[in-house]
Amino acid sequence: MLNEILQTIPQVVIDGLTLGAVYAVIALGYTMVYGILELINFAHGEIFMSGAFIGTAILIVLTGMGWVSAVPAIVMLITVLVLTAVLTGLLGMGIERVAYRPLRNAPRLIPLITAIGISFLLQDIVRFIAELQKGNYIVTGPNLFKDQISIKASSISAIFNDASIKTSFVIVLVTAVIMMIGLDIFVNRTKWGMAMRAVAQDRETASLMTVNVNKVISITFFIGSALGGATGVLFAVQYGTIDPYIGFILGLKAFTAAVLGGIGNIRGAMLGGLLLGLLEMFASANLTLLSGGVFGAEYKDVFAFAILIIVLLFKPEGLLGKPVTEKV
Amino acid sequence: MLQLKKVESFYGGIQALKSIDVAVEKGEIVTLIGSNGAGKSTTLKSISGLVKVKTGNIVYNGREISNKPAHEVTLLGIAHVPEGRRIFPKLTVKENLLIGAFSVKNKHVVQERIEKVFQYFPKLKSRLDQKGGTMSGGEQQMLAIGRALMMKPDLLMLDEPSMGLAPIIVEQIFDIIKELNQEGITILLVEQNAYQALQIADRGYVIQTGEIRLHGYGHDLIKNEEVREAYLA
Repeated sequence: MLNEILQTIPQVVIDGLTLGAVYAVIALGYTMVYGILELINFAHGEIFMSGAFIGTAILIVLTGMGWVSAVPAIVMLITVLVLTAVLTGLLGMGIERVAYRPLRNAPRLIPLITAIGISFLLQDIVRFIAELQKGNYIVTGPNLFKDQISIKASSISAIFNDASIKTSFVIVLVTAVIMMIGLDIFVNRTKWGMAMRAVAQDRETASLMTVNVNKVISITFFIGSALGGATGVLFAVQYGTIDPYIGFILGLKAFTAAVLGGIGNIRGAMLGGLLLGLLEMFASANLTLLSGGVFGAEYKDVFAFAILIIVLLFKPEGLLGKPVTEKV
Repeated sequence: MLQLKKVESFYGGIQALKSIDVAVEKGEIVTLIGSNGAGKSTTLKSISGLVKVKTGNIVYNGREISNKPAHEVTLLGIAHVPEGRRIFPKLTVKENLLIGAFSVKNKHVVQERIEKVFQYFPKLKSRLDQKGGTMSGGEQQMLAIGRALMMKPDLLMLDEPSMGLAPIIVEQIFDIIKELNQEGITILLVEQNAYQALQIADRGYVIQTGEIRLHGYGHDLIKNEEVREAYLA
């Protein structure tokens, strides 16, 4: 049995890292907003979904204009990613301005319910537009990357099987990693990143330091949503077919990743995402084998949410979240 | 420089200030003394924009500033060192100082101001990379004042800088407050430690349940029977 598990490891690692990178970038959006407002922005999964649709729409339009075949796929992808990121960033910023800011001082449950409301609203708006345009809310976008790369893991050691990856997997992984590194640099090395951390720790005092707190919060929503939207594009590129409900489960998984890493902790979200992706892929490849056929691969979601429950029970502050002792 | 005219503010649904009149002239040290919950902190928060002013005016250098957002008030040169220091615990000492100069674009100016802060608080220099939350209370107070100085304020408002500190540290902090004042910074000092505050203050106000009970010169208030009984006993 061990041999069989080992054989699949290379494929599990590659698939797991790719899926994990997607979780990680979305988890960043949850964790940044939580860190700054202590709000779980349940609409974030729908921002991701909107990004997938906006990106696909742009691709379809550009294909219609004959641009997609004219320029290299990678240039196309970058264009679509940037456009979508800006649009979803503005969408997120707008949602904060309209729906969350008026509730800033309300009890915490109220903006949480609002967030769930926004999520339904986005699902239905996207479905409505997709039905109007395409006559179907399940949309398949043009395929940008068709190639496969094969990794000869068997040449490293005979116990491994060879793994194959679609080119789009590599693109997803690389883009996601670039986004994470970019965000990490922004938060830890720039002035506005510092302001963001200050606002997360003590909003009132930050405002006494000439920091415009509302602007920092808007920037936080912009960045989180831009990353989420761009990840939506990656998702669409990777899987081809999207519908307005993809944000729900993926959003919950990313939220699980954020909790696993320690909600509010940016590096925690990245670690949590990658771990969750790996664990889920491992479960999906080996659950049947490990449970002697009782549980199939379809139980991988149960597995992911079981992790959420276990983390909340035994280490609610997450892997990287430390309960900070503050001196007064 | 700063005038509060018939200011009324509410804090958590309770009227915390009832028609307060306070004036601070340029170059002065003015202290606001009173017991817990008298409205001292609310007065400072009303000035800096953290608490909404219901009625009345707050005028700073001829400009109405009541109900301006805090980040705009501080841009005018009013620095507020809040009660309990409120250091950013997870930012380093250096970042805590840098955030004080958030609105300053010129890096050289920022560096100059950091050097200036080190003159007052040399201890901070060796702690630059340490997280703010890991420092002792006295060091945090020094950092909080240093952070406010990074704004190069004209008016420095300090809310209970002596709170929870050893007498020798309190002594040091008060010395620095005097020094800052001699260099031209106007000080508005809120204190429960009335004796020490009145000793360095030009003038003082005694606030009780949201109203100004008494005001006068620092050395007169120190001798005042009522003040002695209530706050200096």
